[in-house]
Amino acid sequence: MPHIPLPEHLPGITGLLEYSQLTAHPIRILTQTLLRGDSTLAPAERELIATIVSHNNECKFCTAAHTAAADVLLGESETCEIMKQDIDAAPVSEKMKALLKIARQVQASGKAVTEDAIALAKERGATDLEIHDTVLIAALFCLYNRYVDGMATVAPSDPAFYKGLGQRLKDNGYNRLANGYDHLKKQTQPT
Amino acid sequence: MAHITLPDESLPGIVGLFNFRPETAAPLQLLAETLLRGESTLTSGERELIAAHVSYLNDCHFCHTSHASAAMAHLQCDLSLIDDIKQNFQQIEITPKLRTLLNIAAKVQKSGKEVKDEHIAAAREEGATDQEIHDTVLIAAAFCMFNRYVDGLGTWAPQHNEAYREMGQRMAFKGYVRETVVQDV
Repeated sequence: MPHIPLPEHLPGITGLLEYSQLTAHPIRILTQTLLRGDSTLAPAERELIATIVSHNNECKFCTAAHTAAADVLLGESETCEIMKQDIDAAPVSEKMKALLKIARQVQASGKAVTEDAIALAKERGATDLEIHDTVLIAALFCLYNRYVDGMATVAPSDPAFYKGLGQRLKDNGYNRLANGYDHLKKQTQPT
Repeated sequence: MAHITLPDESLPGIVGLFNFRPETAAPLQLLAETLLRGESTLTSGERELIAAHVSYLNDCHFCHTSHASAAMAHLQCDLSLIDDIKQNFQQIEITPKLRTLLNIAAKVQKSGKEVKDEHIAAAREEGATDQEIHDTVLIAAAFCMFNRYVDGLGTWAPQHNEAYREMGQRMAFKGYVRETVVQDV
């Protein structure tokens, strides 16, 4: 049960973002910019960064949600599963492997990022902007994961919930839905 | 030197990063402004102490010292008391409620999962509201982001407390949303 009363039809982060819309506003803009804005990294690649960080923070809700979003964007679910076990074995570019390793270091601590990890990413063609965004996405998910678990929000156990959520994140991104979320009250999964 | 080439290497900490990527700077500044200076039953001084404490636990010198300096400005304390934040507040007078909230923030710094019912109950016993508990968790989580951003990209930071005096006063009284980051620093 969450540490404070939150809307029951909105588990995980969504209930928190509705509870505190003033703080949700900049968080949503930041997320939309980083994960869906103009970038030389594909949205699916950026979702992989969100997924590896959430996975290492052991945040059940965020891991399932961003795995689902990456799966929908990629059209398959193997990449996420392999990546969680072994970044080097994942079917992604060599540059992406280097960026995912930087993200994993950021998850541990900003100070854990090594010169070697940065040099490897640059050697494999990563630009300064790609490195910047990788670090900031990883840092942002250290915020999300702590927010979601620190408030003890509910993580639904039904896989269908996350499938629906992943589709919503592909279709609508991270902006607040124009008409809010009341339509979810009568449904068992998001549309 | 930072891990990436910044347009102005003389700008320390997050300021140099804001200058590198204005599209992400704007929401980051608005988030800090809302969390630390927006309407709240916690004073800005109290909220800056939470930010400074979490940044200290994350070993982020720039965020720790700049937000500690902002807290000192709000609380009208001498800059030398900054170091008391590292000693878990033996000299700075804080309320029993704030102490329980700082404890929650320290748990969040480790992991969201470290926050237990008993920590929340202790805060409630001292009169903390739902909103105050929420804001404490989010401030702590946000500084786990800011700290990683600043250190993960290898930005530089002035060493001594004195170098943060004006910065802290500006953060406290002018705030975080500034259009002309470059000229202002």
